[in-house]
Amino acid sequence: MRGFEVGAPEDAAPAEVVNGRLELCFIPDSRVWDGRFANNAWLQETPDFMTKLVWDNAALVSPATAEALGLRNGQVVTLEQGGRSLTCAAYVMPGQARGSIGIALGYGRGAAGRVGGDASAEVAPVGFDANRLRNSAAPDAAGGLKVVATRDRYKFATTQDMFAIDAVGMAEREKRVTGQHDLVREASLEEYRADPAFAKYVSVPLLDLWERPDVAVRHAWGMTIDLGKCTGCNACVVGCQAENNIPVVGKEQVSRGRIMHWIRIDRYFAGDRDDPRVVNQPLACQQCENAPCEQVCPVAATTHNQDGLNDMVYNRCVGTRYCANNCPYKVRRFNYLDFHDDLDKHEPDLDLKKMAYNPEVTVRWRGVMEKCTYCVQRIQAGRIKAKREGNREVKDGEVVTACQQACPTEAIVFGDLKQPRSRVSELAAAPRAYQMLAELNVDPRTRYLARVRNPDPALPKAEVKHDKH
Amino acid sequence: MTSIDPTLVEERPGDRPPILDGPNDYASVTEDVCRIAEPPVTQTPKGWLMGFALASTILLVLGAMVAHLFLTGVGVWGNRSPVFWGWPIVNFVFWVGIGHAGTLISAILFLFRQKWRTSINRFAEAMTIFAVMCAGLFPGIHVGRVWLAYYLFPIPNQMQMWPNFRSPLLWDVFAVGTYATVSLLFWYMGMIPDLATLRDRATSKVRRLAYGIFSLGWTGSNRQWHRFERAYLILAALATPLVLSVHSVVSFDFAVAQLPGWHTTIFPPYFVAGAIFSGFAMVVTLMVPARQFFGLKRIVTVRHLEAMNKVILATGTMVGYAYGMEFFISWYGGNPAETFTFVNRAFGPYAWAYWIMVSCNVLAPQVFWFKKARTSIPIMMVVAIFVNIGMWFERFVITVTSLSRDFVPSSWGYFSPTWVDVLTLIGSFGLFFTLFLLFCRFLPTVAMAEVKAAMPEPGHGHAERPPAGGAEPAPEGGR
Repeated sequence: MRGFEVGAPEDAAPAEVVNGRLELCFIPDSRVWDGRFANNAWLQETPDFMTKLVWDNAALVSPATAEALGLRNGQVVTLEQGGRSLTCAAYVMPGQARGSIGIALGYGRGAAGRVGGDASAEVAPVGFDANRLRNSAAPDAAGGLKVVATRDRYKFATTQDMFAIDAVGMAEREKRVTGQHDLVREASLEEYRADPAFAKYVSVPLLDLWERPDVAVRHAWGMTIDLGKCTGCNACVVGCQAENNIPVVGKEQVSRGRIMHWIRIDRYFAGDRDDPRVVNQPLACQQCENAPCEQVCPVAATTHNQDGLNDMVYNRCVGTRYCANNCPYKVRRFNYLDFHDDLDKHEPDLDLKKMAYNPEVTVRWRGVMEKCTYCVQRIQAGRIKAKREGNREVKDGEVVTACQQACPTEAIVFGDLKQPRSRVSELAAAPRAYQMLAELNVDPRTRYLARVRNPDPALPKAEVKHDKH
Repeated sequence: MTSIDPTLVEERPGDRPPILDGPNDYASVTEDVCRIAEPPVTQTPKGWLMGFALASTILLVLGAMVAHLFLTGVGVWGNRSPVFWGWPIVNFVFWVGIGHAGTLISAILFLFRQKWRTSINRFAEAMTIFAVMCAGLFPGIHVGRVWLAYYLFPIPNQMQMWPNFRSPLLWDVFAVGTYATVSLLFWYMGMIPDLATLRDRATSKVRRLAYGIFSLGWTGSNRQWHRFERAYLILAALATPLVLSVHSVVSFDFAVAQLPGWHTTIFPPYFVAGAIFSGFAMVVTLMVPARQFFGLKRIVTVRHLEAMNKVILATGTMVGYAYGMEFFISWYGGNPAETFTFVNRAFGPYAWAYWIMVSCNVLAPQVFWFKKARTSIPIMMVVAIFVNIGMWFERFVITVTSLSRDFVPSSWGYFSPTWVDVLTLIGSFGLFFTLFLLFCRFLPTVAMAEVKAAMPEPGHGHAERPPAGGAEPAPEGGR
């Protein structure tokens, strides 16, 4: 796609990055805030919505600043400011202001607890303590920062962009992610007015090899996610984790690509590296009607039920992982190890376990594949309730998924697509609705509502034009 | 050729050197082959003992790795999202591929009346069996809950569940299972007359009993030979389609999935050619030292090795064609996801693996256009080892690079193996060589009866001409 044009804002940072005259910004963390939630493992393992770091904070530098200072991702640096210093690691973050280094508060705590760091129990602190650079004279931001680079490298764990990307990959990512016909679809208001159904584009005519079985006998559960409403706040991620007994796997396992979240928020940058546009896309199992995972499972452990859900039968799963290979969305999660081990073995009498686990949801053991179920336990509860109340229909809005419940902007809507007047049916029929990767003919039940941007034209960075490719 | 049948006055283009080198008769063939298996345990050659000690130690490492895996979980490997299949599947396809040469030599070349095969078929078949055993190990230990792997078999069960017959992985179970069974039967049945020879020559009671049981009362009567020949022909006819089908079905594991880089119709023939390629390379790799060590140079001659090198050249070139065609189709097909996959293979983060594959598999065998290279022991050894390495990398490139970057860029990831991955691969060679050394030590490594049938009759010169009356076998069942 064409780069996002950058205007020349008057308050732009100085053109030159001078080491020793950098700005240091203290920022509240999106997960642990000022550190008060540092002992919450769910939050520690929530990827920051911009950096996608877990179990860490970092000295954030923009790509241009990093280049000027000769810093690389993960390089250990010493920040020196006002006679204080802190050794931490640099993380290159598109969008960070030029000449400015940001560091999140709330990390490096020695008295957070068993998760976030406890000096008395010899639990190492998580992240770097930004308070060591902070004083009451400049609690939010300070000038005159000097960065001393070392030769050491620090290993971050992120859920995206896990390795320095090469030119081949970078070009393809740009091409695929944005633009009108790709994974994340957007338009400006004028474009939307000219063609409200701009997002409904499928590149190839779709054919089936066989007649599809009826996969929605009783209900056709479906979901819409409004990309115009999603702020990427992560509430759905943690809500889902709490509801569905999703294990915390720790920093090392995340860095080895084994995070277990059933819903994730994909974050992409578009345009200029130093002043990018950000797009977010929550992604959970799309509950394909023509699900590619089901056809390849040799033991039929993932199948369709009568409500059109793509079910995962844990008891039947032997863990060939073929389903995950064939899933184009890569939303399936595999229990590579016994991830509940810590709670089960090390703290057998812990009451936390009773409170942390949802009794309605199976705790999965090692060797088993899992994925978003559209909160099937809540669907069942709703159906049983309706049945007991005179075998009535399940009312629209009666079944609410955990992600939907947690979403502060109501971007996620769930319901029965068989009911023509349900909210989800109406949204799914809206002109902005599109199916991600529809050209694979997997027919996902989750629809996205394309984002329409309408920035104030008086702002210097107002342009949201797209290439049509 | 180093030595020419003395009855040939001059070598004309249509003439071929004889199958065996030097002065041979039936007795000398029996002697040459049997003396490898016959020394009592106390007189086992030192070289064999050293090799066996090494191989079985490596086998122990495999055992330790598998135990560690079972106790801890699949997480001991480098597998991750999005590369849910890593080295174990690469190793599986690698070993299955190697297991192709044996049955090809025994069955297809038998039907084509390629009599030179007799010197090497037993050896190649044994290699096939052991390679298929190594291959079978990997899908078994690869599943997350190995104690439930029997769910893949269509056996009656209390759940009243069939496996999913739409899944290529299930086809794989049947294909590899059938292939292993037929190969084993073919190998064993072909060995019965030779086992009887060993039985008749046995000096100790234990040996006589053991060979006696496994030779199934073979007496070498005319009627038994007649039945044997018929059965051998039928099994050869049954095994021939299997050579082609098993790796086709293995390729379906990939081709039926919708992943760019896997989803290509060229896979079945491409995989079969690659399998034969790697299998022959492995036969050469093993045969060259074995004929030296066990003194089989008169039976396995340079002519045999040269013929195998020709097969390596042909199949290697086919594989090279497939590599080129994949690229062409990824462009010509106009599927952007597929185009990217192939560009990424050659120029992305895994470019090193791709170019290792191309150099080893396509470039290295090209030296076999020259007869000098085809008949030179050092050159063929080097090329064969390159091909073994290259074919492992081919499977790595197909499996790992395709998975590492599929449709959604947020999920892209780079696969790194763990020490357990590495030691498990090495350990599988321990299993292979342990079995192989046991075979060399206790079983007839050359199909004596078949070699004799292809030999010129005593006093006559021509090797290629079958004895009068078709495949009338040589007298058997003793010296």
